[in-house]
Amino acid sequence: MYNKKTTLALAGFVGLALSGIAGAADMHTQVIAATCMSCHGPGGNSVGAAPGIAGISQDRFVKAMQGYKSGSRPGTVMLKLAAGYTDAEIEAMGAYFATLK
Amino acid sequence: MTLNRRDFLKVSGAGVAITLTGCSSQPSSGKSASMAKPHVVVVGAGFGGATCAKYIRQWGPNVDVTLIEPNDKFVSCPLSNWVLAGMKNLDFITHGYDNLPKHGIKMVKDYVTGIDVEKRVVTTKGGAKISYDRLVLAPGVEILADSVKGFKEAEAAGKVVHAWKAGPQTALLRKQLEAMPDGGTFVMSVPTAPYRCPPGPYERACLVASYFKQAKPKSKIILLDGNPDVASKPALFKGAWSELYAGMIDYRPNNAPFAVDGNTMTVSTEFDQVKGDVLNVVPKQRAGEVCDLAGARNDSNKAWCTVNLATFESTTAPNVHILGDSVLSNLPKSGHMATNHAKVCAAAIVELLAGRQPDPMPVVANTCYSAVSDSTAGYVANVFRFEAGKGYVTQPGGGATPKGDELNFTYAESWAQNIWADMLS
Repeated sequence: MYNKKTTLALAGFVGLALSGIAGAADMHTQVIAATCMSCHGPGGNSVGAAPGIAGISQDRFVKAMQGYKSGSRPGTVMLKLAAGYTDAEIEAMGAYFATLK
Repeated sequence: MTLNRRDFLKVSGAGVAITLTGCSSQPSSGKSASMAKPHVVVVGAGFGGATCAKYIRQWGPNVDVTLIEPNDKFVSCPLSNWVLAGMKNLDFITHGYDNLPKHGIKMVKDYVTGIDVEKRVVTTKGGAKISYDRLVLAPGVEILADSVKGFKEAEAAGKVVHAWKAGPQTALLRKQLEAMPDGGTFVMSVPTAPYRCPPGPYERACLVASYFKQAKPKSKIILLDGNPDVASKPALFKGAWSELYAGMIDYRPNNAPFAVDGNTMTVSTEFDQVKGDVLNVVPKQRAGEVCDLAGARNDSNKAWCTVNLATFESTTAPNVHILGDSVLSNLPKSGHMATNHAKVCAAAIVELLAGRQPDPMPVVANTCYSAVSDSTAGYVANVFRFEAGKGYVTQPGGGATPKGDELNFTYAESWAQNIWADMLS
């Protein structure tokens, strides 16, 4: 199960690397995205009341995060977390979650 | 098993050198590693250790991972206060390790009794000698029972427990609370910071009060705090005490117990001698014992472990990484934080074993829910960004909720289900 996911993830990072994010940034994105999974479930598949975020489009992810960051989108804990990430990190996480199933 | 492991590791040790010198321009893959698998040993299968083992296998499929844990099952400290209040049973917070081998993690049920940092060998109580390329220690805290006079005896007699490690003591304290007569007094102590789970004692006071309010409303709680004020989410907890539990909770700051007597059921502090029907003394803590075996309990008090916070590698024991509550840092000692340490550390280990540079600026986040009643909860949430020379810098936008509500209670339970799944499923 994880092998498949890892392959997909790596494919995503090759894309990112080509678009200009160097070496460590690939792992950087994987780690930040992994920290989302504590609440949103392994691989972004929630087993609880929190919404799953695996496979959502990058556009939807970025809009939601930017909405929390600016405070224009209603929410709970994400209103406290979203502002902690750079715009580039939000874009990269969005690209990553779009690759997950 | 031991012999196979040793033989395998002889081959593996030679292979690591090949990996480090020959693969720097080549991405790691399972195929290239069939003859040359680096080996990581993880000690402790709690939030930090189990998560780290799982993510090393995910990010470094060519890395062999052995996870050493003496217990059959994981019992979660988060939500154990819910069990004390009768909101959940112990089964709900107890989870097996059955799924971890499916990720290629080798589970070893044993205690670690020795660590040879130079030779990179771990010795276990069962007599195994296990070599490693990198070692991860995630033992949680050691409870300093001797720091409160009489505690050890009272604990051994089953009269006074800390219940600061979830499991049998959680069940015993629940029984004591159930057996307490209406009109009784529950006395709880909070150790001076740093200790595991800063909001935990205050959540416990709220949830025991919630139980008393329904089951034995004439009862009282005396909270003896070693700290000058509520150490976490003060607005949330103080608000709950005045609004939901008016007159029930007697909060006494700067009042750490130095002695407890399980026969007279008395707790002694510098200022007070407090009698109770149920006593819950939580002694001071330090990094888990196993860290000392590696010489890694190295702060000025020999209590906590200082690490390179970008890789969680010990500052004194090379190739030894420390996770979770044992680490000295400005990050809160929470299970959630331990899983974040674990992910940063897993990534760093995979990079280091492949001869690459770990991310110099990792970012972690803490999300910590506390229930204040059987249907409401609040949270504190922050993002922390590592900066060389500064450590983890708190990012803008974070903070705590001033008041508990039902939606966050739902999310608190969801958090537990997801974080347990993330580490163990």
